[in-house]
Order: sequence, then C-alpha cells, then structure tokens
Amino acid sequence: MLKYAFNRILLMIPTLIAVAIIVFLVLRVVPGDIVELKLTAEGGEVSMEQIEAEKKRLGLNDPLHIQFYNYMIGIPQGDLGISLWTEKPVAEEIGSRIGLSFQLAIFSTILAVLLAFPLGTLSALFRGTFLDYVIRIITIGGIAVPAFWLGMLLIMLVLSFGKLPPLGTVSFFVDPLTNFNQMIWPAISVGYRYTSVVARMLRSSILEVLSEDYIRTARAKGLYERVVIVKHGMRNALLPTVTVIGLEFAFLLGGLVVTESVFNLNGIGKLFIDSVIRNDLNLLQGLVLTVATAFVLVNLIVDLCYAALDPRIRYQS
Amino acid sequence: MSVSKIKKYNNDVLLDVLNLSVTFELKNASVKAVDNISFKIKRGEFLAVVGESGCGKSVSALSILKLLPPKIAKIESTHLIFDGVDISNWTTSQLREIRGKRISMIFQEPMTSLNPVLTIGDQITEPLITHLKLTANEAQNRAIELMSMVGIPEPENRLNQYPHQFSGGMRQRVMIAIGLACEPDLIIADEPTTALDVTIQAQILELLKDISKRLGIAVIMITHNLGVVAAYADNVNVMYAACIIETGSSNDIFKNPSHPYTIGLLRSVPRLDKSREGKLATIYGLPPNLMNPPSGCRFAERCPIYEKQCDNSPALIDNVTSKNAKVACWKTDFAKVTGAKMYASNKKTKKSVPDVNATPILTVNNLKQHFNISLRSGWFTSKSGKVKAVDDVSFSILPGETVGLVGESGCGKTSVGRSILHLNNPTNGDINFQNISMNKDSIALVRRDMQVIFQDPFSSLNPRMTIGKILEEPLIVHKIINDKASRLKRVNELLEQVGLYTYMADRYPHELSGGQRQRVGIARALAMEPKLIICDEPVSALDVSVQAQIINLLEDLQAELGISYLFIAHDLAVVRHISHKVIVMYLGKIMEVADEKSLYSKPQHPYTKALLDAAPVPDPEIEKNRKRTILKGELPSPLNPPPGCVFSTRCPEYTKECSKLTPPLVKFTDEHFVSCIKVKEFNA
Repeated sequence: MLKYAFNRILLMIPTLIAVAIIVFLVLRVVPGDIVELKLTAEGGEVSMEQIEAEKKRLGLNDPLHIQFYNYMIGIPQGDLGISLWTEKPVAEEIGSRIGLSFQLAIFSTILAVLLAFPLGTLSALFRGTFLDYVIRIITIGGIAVPAFWLGMLLIMLVLSFGKLPPLGTVSFFVDPLTNFNQMIWPAISVGYRYTSVVARMLRSSILEVLSEDYIRTARAKGLYERVVIVKHGMRNALLPTVTVIGLEFAFLLGGLVVTESVFNLNGIGKLFIDSVIRNDLNLLQGLVLTVATAFVLVNLIVDLCYAALDPRIRYQS
Repeated sequence: MSVSKIKKYNNDVLLDVLNLSVTFELKNASVKAVDNISFKIKRGEFLAVVGESGCGKSVSALSILKLLPPKIAKIESTHLIFDGVDISNWTTSQLREIRGKRISMIFQEPMTSLNPVLTIGDQITEPLITHLKLTANEAQNRAIELMSMVGIPEPENRLNQYPHQFSGGMRQRVMIAIGLACEPDLIIADEPTTALDVTIQAQILELLKDISKRLGIAVIMITHNLGVVAAYADNVNVMYAACIIETGSSNDIFKNPSHPYTIGLLRSVPRLDKSREGKLATIYGLPPNLMNPPSGCRFAERCPIYEKQCDNSPALIDNVTSKNAKVACWKTDFAKVTGAKMYASNKKTKKSVPDVNATPILTVNNLKQHFNISLRSGWFTSKSGKVKAVDDVSFSILPGETVGLVGESGCGKTSVGRSILHLNNPTNGDINFQNISMNKDSIALVRRDMQVIFQDPFSSLNPRMTIGKILEEPLIVHKIINDKASRLKRVNELLEQVGLYTYMADRYPHELSGGQRQRVGIARALAMEPKLIICDEPVSALDVSVQAQIINLLEDLQAELGISYLFIAHDLAVVRHISHKVIVMYLGKIMEVADEKSLYSKPQHPYTKALLDAAPVPDPEIEKNRKRTILKGELPSPLNPPPGCVFSTRCPEYTKECSKLTPPLVKFTDEHFVSCIKVKEFNA
C-alpha cells in the first residue's frame, strides 16, 4: 500500500512538468500585448520607444529559450515570476486568494457528499417509486441548471428576505459564523450540480451492485438486509462514485471562475478573468499550474481511496 | 416464530413442496417459469434436478428461500413445509432466520458469488456471527475449522486473503464452507461445478457428497450434467419447460426412463465409456416459449410418439412399473416398449474413415507459442515472465480426419488453434498446410481453406448484421462470388446445408437460439469451402439435445465434403464420439496422442487416466462400482511450470526422476504416443 502511494506520488512529477511546458508554449502563441494595454490604460499617447523600453524592463524581449529557462528554473523554487500588471510576485497574488477559492471548493464538496449519499441511496433502494422520481427530477435539474444562474437566483432570494450577508469576506478562522453565512450561498450554487452528479452516479452503481451474484450470496446467508446493503453493497458501489467525486472537484475549480464573479468573491476565479483580460502571461501561467496541481492532487487522493476500498488494486502493486 | 420450537410432525420428510409456481411479471408479458411442481426431499437425501437451460430448475430452487427479485417474481404454492412448518407465507425477514442457518445455498459462479472487497474470513464468519451469535474470535476459530474441512490449505493465513487471490476451485470450496457454517439441514447447490474443470469438479462433488453424508445434510443439486447425476444422486427430478415430467430414483431414471424426453436426453449424450455406436439421437426442435406455452403436453411438439391424446396436459402420476417413480406422459407403456428405438431410426451410420496413406493436410512441427507477461512494473526495475502456452507441440491431420484436442482450462489447447490460424504469430515452429509453409505472407493464400468455429455462438456474431450479411461477407472479402444474385443464392444454400431456413437470412443473431447461432457459425465457416475447420469448443455453450444436433451436423458435413476438423474441447465424451485421433494436453505440452479407441480403452499417461477417472458416466450402476482416484491440487502456474515433467506435481505415480528430465513423446504402439518416463513400467 505504501509503495503504491509512493509510486502514485512520483508519477505526479512528469505530469506537472508536461503541464508547465504546454502552458508556457500555448500562451506564447496567443496574440495580444500586455505592455500596450497597460500603458494605454494610463491614458495619453504612448510612443513605440516607451513600449519597447517597458518590454525590455519586464523581460519580454528576451529570447524564448531564456524566458523558458527562467520560468522552469523558478517553478521548483516556488518562484512563478512577477505579475506583469501589478508587478507583485505571482505566488503572492495567487496565495492571497487561493484560500478563499479552496474554502469554497471544500465547502461545496462537503455539502455535495452530505446530500448526495442519502439522495442516491434512497433513490436506488426505492427505485421506481414516487420518492425515486422526485429525487431524479431534483438531480436532473442540478445538471441542467448553470451554477451562475442559480447563484443569481440565490442572491435575489437572500435579498428578498432582507438578510444581506456583510460584504468583504471574513476569514473562517476569524469569524466562522459570518464566514459561513457568506460562503453558504455560493457553495450551494456550485454544490447543486456536484450533488446531482454524485447522487445519480451513486444511484446507478448501487443498482448495479445490488444485482451482483455476491449480493444474492449475502442474502442467502441470512444476513440482515441492512448489512447486505451497507456492508456488501455500499463499499462496492463507492468505487465508481469516488471517481466522480474527484472529477467533479476538478471541474468545480474551473467553474468557480463564473460563480466568484456572481458573488463578487475575490478568489482565484476572479484573478483568472482579470489575468486573461489583461494578457498577464506570467500570472496566467501560475494560475493554470496551480489548478493543474490541484487536479493532480485530487486524482492522487482518488487513487488512494480506490486502493483503500478495493483489495484487488491494493495487491496489484 | 422459530422453527425449532415447533413440534416436528414428520421427521422423515425434510422439505415438502406442493404446487409451487413462479411467474415473472415482465413489462409486457408474464412468464410462468415454474408451473405447479411438487416434490419431497428426505433428511440426508441427495436429490438432483436435471433439465436444459430455461426449464425452471434454478428458479424453483431460488423460490424456496424467496431469493428472487420480489417485485417481478410471484411465488405461489399450496404449501412449502420445511421440517414440519409451512414456510410458504413467510415474509423475507422471517425467512432470513433460516437462510444460511437451516437451508444454505451454493451458487454456480464461484468467480462472482463472493464479495471482492471483503476477506474470505469475514465472509465465512458472517453467518456464524449472525445466526449462532458467536463472538468474532469463536467465529474465526470455527472458520479455520471449516476451511480445513473443505480442504483449503493453510487456513490461518488464507483467512485474511481476498477472493481474487483464490482459484475458481478454491472459491467454490469457500462457498461450500459458507454453506456448511451453521450445519444446515438442507443445502441447495445450483450448478456448483459447471464453471470448473473436470478434475476440480470431481474434487468438489466428492467433498460435497462426503460431508453431506457424514453430517446428514440433504442436498438438492441442480445440474444439466447427466453424468454428475448418475454418480452422486439418490433421486432425480427431470424438468422440462417449467414442469417436472419425470421423477424417481437414479436407477429408475437411467435404467428405465419412461418419458420420451428423458429417453431422448439420455440418448443424446455421447458416452465416455463406450465407443461411438452411431449417430447421436437428437430431439427435434426447441423447447416451447414459456410466454405462450402449449396447452397440452409441453413436449408434444418434439415427441416422436405424439398422438391426439397428447393435446391434453398429462398429470404426474405413479409410474406403474417402478416403485416411487412418477411420470407425466399418456403413453408411458408405449414409450417403454419402444424405448431407445424411438430416436434411433436409420441413424446407425458409421463414422467416415480417413485414408491413412494420404498426405496430411496439416502438419504442425515443434510449435511454440510463448507470451511475455509483465509481472511488475516499477521505475527502474520491471519484471516480466514468460508463459509457455504451447511448448513444442507436433501433430498432423489427414484429409477428412477429426483430431480431438483435450485438456483442462489453461492447458494451451485454444492457443494451438489460434497459432495455426495465425491469429497469434507462433513464437517458433513450423506449420505446414496443404504443403505450404505458413508464415505472415502465405497466410492470406491459405486462410480461405482454413476456417474456424468459435465457442460462444452469440458474441462471435456481429449483433448489428443480419444472418444473410454475415454469411455474405466472406464471399465478398475473398471475391469468391462477385454478383449479388448468385451470392444470395449461395447464402440460401449454406443456410439449408446447416439445417436452417432461408427466411432466417433476414434475422439478426439475437432472434435465433443458441443452437441456431452455432449453425450460422458453421455456415460462415463453410462459405469458404474450407479443407480444415478449427472448432474451438463449438458445443460447450449448448444444451445436451442441441449439442447432439450440432455434432451430427459436423459429422454429416465431414462425410459429405471430406473436411478435416481440429476439434478443441474439454468434454472427453464429446471428443471420443467425434474424433478419429485424440491429443491430450497439459500445461502447453502433449501428454498423450492416440487413436480414439486405444486412448479411451488403454490410456497410458497418468494424466489421461486421471481425466477419464474424474469424468462421471451417465450410468448409476457403473458409477457405484467405480473407485475414483482423484487428482490432488490444481494446475500449477504456467509462469513457473514444474521442472522435468510438467505433470509431476500432481502425478500419483511421481518419483524423483520425474522432476529431473522432461519426458519425450515416445511410441507405445503404432498409433499411440505417450510422454511419460514410466510407460514401459506400467506395462511390464
């Protein structure tokens, strides 16, 4: 098991290196120039000399291989360069905002798992009944409704009750209650889809597992139905569900871009949009790399969960 | 209410089933899968339920404990008295108390019947903890006891292992251990050995019989294998189309079968203990569709002695001649008199004999097929192993000859077939077909003359193509017939040649029965007018009566067209019936080659002897007097075959020399070759 985990962790390295290279190359192909944007934004006429000088100062005129070398050497040292716009270190820009996004992601994951498990299980066990239909309608809604639209509805709902959460996010560690009040709405708007996808997956995998031969064996042994479902059924049904939880978590990080705008949260989603609009290559690189790392980490956790749940995978290595 | 508290009014009869019916309510139809069956089983009795697939034997067994999906399956009965208590109206939670405790079940598929994520120990101790309220420690000790009772080595260590670390045979032993855990009164075994090899089957059945006799447990065994019935059962129920049509002691059924179906069934099985006497008897047609069963006798449509009277349903009544036997047939007396003759009409044709002096159509010399398998992949160290699926195999096939290739699963018989077809490129060796040495370039030339029939008639036909398209395709690909009209004519010809109707050309594979699909497989092979057909387990997925039809068809085609067959199978009796020459393989090597007669009557190699010994014969009298020497252990890992003779680890005649040198295939008589260093000794 330890060796399996170690192998998985080592495998992350080449994946991340590949991501770094691809991101670097793709961004250099994208047209647009931050220097022009930055200087004209300050108003007034800008001469070619000024642009050239600024480019030189920011190192944008260096040959590509030098830029690449600096970039790749920086990564392992935690140096992602400086933001071309604010000229603060990229790591700092991301670091100050990632906490919020991460909290939102975790929040909605917890919410989704807490809701999806009872929903999916009930739906499977009461298959074909009224309850099943209700749950299935609710969950298909979650897949169909876009998170940002749901977010806007939620804001209107909160407003109509006149209970507006205070603006400006408060850290969870400073004032958990206010923080919860602020985060719960975006978490719901993102978590609805998450819940739906996981609940539907759980439903179908429970149904599949319950028709397996070993469930019949368990019943023929005279075990209590509760034991048959929970001990023999659920653990097997969890395997595909865990994969979906992991995949959706990664999907969610991307989805935050829109939701954070709707709720006006200053997380990496918003930073993403800003950096794209401003053509801030360094910041964009850093952001993509951060999200990719999160993605790979989540996959690692999924793999480890798999090994913990399924002895066949555990013993293969 | 607990069963034990109620007074037992009849100690002798353990289970009394009266008028049991099971109806499956499907969306647009209802199927009566079990129709009004009644039977009794006594304490300690071994009852076999036989019948072909779809006859309702498994469903009736599962319905006793209501293990069928409750929403679809409607179970009705007058009564279902188990140990003096009517359990027919019990709810599932009441039944739960006796499931696994007083009645336990063993299922067919040992591979899927155990939970893959729980340890073996956990799965064996579960019923002990639930029913007998043992503590975890007590249960574990009992589990170890049970595991050694069913012959699982090192039970203490294996307790913490998972199902995937066990072989099929070992998993079935685990299932038996679970079944025995609470010392039940009745074990229901649903095809317990169908998925297993014949030597393992013998191990498992002997174990089941031995333990049940010792502990006084009654056994209901569901099977389609008549040999197994004759060898182990006290009494037999024969089921056909959801009804019990004949019941009696094993002797009654095999010696004096009274129902035309039973007679037909017994006559259509090839015999291991007898040379071919003629063609196999076949029962015409297929079992009726249970969605719309015939109103009269359900066998009437296929019965050779049908009369007007048979349009009324016959009751299961006492059979006049045998005590305790019952039969559901209007014409029992007539059936008895006519007996075997019913099915034997002008079928006594001889097997065609190949010309011994002809040049072989196929010669295989020193064929080797090795596979590299990655065992462990690491960052800097990876380990790969070599599986010698076929290791130095040589043989030849004459024109018009059938060569049988037998052995247990994993012996390399299928790999031989695939190498000859160049579906796998052989690692080494020479394959000579019609005097052309086969290699990558010449294969295209000879492939037309060499065709294949696969085991699974369903998955080997493209489900999205009609039968006509399937048969037409090779004619197009090989540019044999170029205009459409004559192609269709040829397709019709082929269909008729294999006993199908021309209108079936427009059907899809799923619209045909298993036997019909296998006929399509044969027609597809015939389309190329081949000289050699490699038949890879062509009948092992089919029911007995259909199997006989296919075997007869293959024989007819050989007599008519002079085709040669390489007949790969694990069923020794079928191979004996159809083959001129038989090759026995074990772990990639040939153990023995001989003509059919001498191989079966004078087997020389200990492995051949063991195989023949393990296979039961459908005759209870022979079975009673038979002393089995059962092969111990299982097939060793092909990654790490034993040194010297590959069979040495399981051989009853093993001596030290066997591990030292690999025995060559030596001549015993002109037509008989054996690979064993002690052959001379046996005959001294």
